[in-house]
Amino acid sequence: MEAMPQQVAESISRLIRQQHGRPDALIEVLHRVQERIGYLPRPALAQVARELRLPLSRVQGVASFYHLFRLTAPTAHRCAVCLGTACFVQGGGELAARLERRLGLRLDDPAGNGTWALEHVSCVGACGQAPVLVVDGRLEPRLPLDDPEALAARLDALGLAGALRPVVP
Amino acid sequence: MRAMSSDGATPPPLQLRCCGASGCRCAGSQALFAALLQARDQLGGAAEAVLIRSVGCLRLCGRGPLVALDRPEHPSCLYAALTPQQAPDLLAVAAGLADHRQRGLAAQRIAADHPFFALQRPVVLEHCGLVDPESIDDAIALGTYAQLRRVLAERTPEQVREQVKRSGLRGRGGAGYPTGLKWDTVALQPPGPRSVVCNADEGDPGAFMDRSVLESDPHRLIEGLAIAAFAVGAERGVVYVRAEYPLAVERLRLALKQARARSLLGTAIAGTRFSLRLELRVGAGAYVCGEETALLASIEGLRGTPRPRPPFPAELGLAGAPTLINNVETLAAIPAILREGGDWYAAIGTAASRGTKVFALSGAVERTGLVEVPMGTSLRTVVCTIGGGVPGGMGPDRGVKAVQTGGPSGGCIPASHLDTPVAYESLRDLGSIMGSGGMVVMGEATAMPEVARHFMRFSVRESCGKCVPCRAGTVQLAELLDRFVERRATLADLERLELLCAMVQATSLCGLGQAAPNPVLSTLRWFRAEYQAACRQPQRCEGGVP
Repeated sequence: MEAMPQQVAESISRLIRQQHGRPDALIEVLHRVQERIGYLPRPALAQVARELRLPLSRVQGVASFYHLFRLTAPTAHRCAVCLGTACFVQGGGELAARLERRLGLRLDDPAGNGTWALEHVSCVGACGQAPVLVVDGRLEPRLPLDDPEALAARLDALGLAGALRPVVP
Repeated sequence: MRAMSSDGATPPPLQLRCCGASGCRCAGSQALFAALLQARDQLGGAAEAVLIRSVGCLRLCGRGPLVALDRPEHPSCLYAALTPQQAPDLLAVAAGLADHRQRGLAAQRIAADHPFFALQRPVVLEHCGLVDPESIDDAIALGTYAQLRRVLAERTPEQVREQVKRSGLRGRGGAGYPTGLKWDTVALQPPGPRSVVCNADEGDPGAFMDRSVLESDPHRLIEGLAIAAFAVGAERGVVYVRAEYPLAVERLRLALKQARARSLLGTAIAGTRFSLRLELRVGAGAYVCGEETALLASIEGLRGTPRPRPPFPAELGLAGAPTLINNVETLAAIPAILREGGDWYAAIGTAASRGTKVFALSGAVERTGLVEVPMGTSLRTVVCTIGGGVPGGMGPDRGVKAVQTGGPSGGCIPASHLDTPVAYESLRDLGSIMGSGGMVVMGEATAMPEVARHFMRFSVRESCGKCVPCRAGTVQLAELLDRFVERRATLADLERLELLCAMVQATSLCGLGQAAPNPVLSTLRWFRAEYQAACRQPQRCEGGVP
């Protein structure tokens, strides 16, 4: 298990103190650690367990239970495709399939294509704007699925361009 | 789209109310707001008299960014799908310098008497779109916290509970349990500490009512929650909000801070002996946490897995204390009920389902957004008249094939039952549920076995894994549904599907598992022919099943 830089470890201690070291603040602490590091590496979980006086199994169990906690380093860019019911009715599934082809990756594979990862989200409550994407944390409304050219332009503008793929002769 | 406070006394000033809720934000409302301020500076003169304010949801979410215009002596109206380039035109219209037709805004103008607004009855949403959600002064000016102060000064907890019982209010999170009864159960537990929890873990796909309340009128929720705490004798409260709603979390956090600074939360509220320590907890993405025992586990920093009930949280909840758990919309209805009286609220709606209900209308429908109507309003009114039916849809049903209510625990109601009044019992009789208020319209293009599979996949992903019927049963159900979607099912699959649905329903531990088969059962009930047609030998399926 690789050690974390001193500076990161100190900032984790600090934010645990901000929560008064209360074990019931575990989820809040994990949120903040993830904000700080981008994901929840094992050494960080071990430190959280130690400082909240909880068994590591409990911390690991909570971190792996909730969808929003990431246990591996994220790709540089992330795109979430909403598969809620309104988005489903408006073609969210098809949008996900197109993005898989376009980016050369698989949905919900955290490694993605190296630069982008595509994940599903069950509903972001933006049903009035369906179908929606969340691109690097920004909500993108009303993707024009019925107009392939406009869709391609929107996706290009968002930087969701195809990764380097072998050219098919 | 009333632009007055609920007492109706003060006419609105000359103002533009810009929607700053997340729907309009992602459509560019912040750039529009900045452009309007800039245009006012540039135009000067009469335009300087126009107040430009940021408010919460203006409800017609599918057509954002939205701006409402209030002019003294004129009915209010709404402008939709505005661009920053149109800001000077809108301001000129607002200042009375030009007519909306001259400025090319006619197609974007929606009058207050449009059915989308005229048929609504805002109670929970009465200040939504009027109040600036980031300003406690604005909220107080519209009457927020007045009921809390009055109740603390003049009423006993019993009197408050009596009004809530008289109102007939039932839980708006989905289960529909009588709110007053729940409050009594908690209040009448043996002496000792109690807690109140607001369930703002709105996870049903297709639901965004609670998000809108949190983003648009957070002080109303705090007031309702504080009144509930007083009524049951609680001194600790928690609002549990899902992490997928960052703007709601931000605004609620600000509102809590403002309320504490005004002594409307904390110790000795409004100079009385009542204290309430209210904190915010943010979820981390788990649908099951909307189930009340899982939610309590999550608040305590544990995996969000449900436990068997009884004991119910009303007896044994947070930190072992009796705990009242209510949904956002339920608590947000409380201030109006106490202001106008329980009997006033009970006079709205039907005999068994009193009051109003907020729905989030989305899917294949012309006008998507937030709709608050009296209980008992027909589905047809909501979907076809208010919502305008499926875009391009013809005939009396306006192209509607089915309406999905209740999310993954609900079902699909066929167009032939559009005249059903929306109420707890009538929806249940049709094999669906009221649920929290998500209403997703489906047109002819949507195949029902695919809808069922969509929900089953959702339940597979969101099953917490604690009990086998839900953890394994939903996976098997999803695989069976794959066969129908891929048109390789057999007669035996249809029988297996129904058997397994009954088993998962009967033996799962919590409501999530017990209700997971509902989307399958309701689509089988109303659209059985689609399942039969998906068999490899459709004729045999049709013959084999009555």
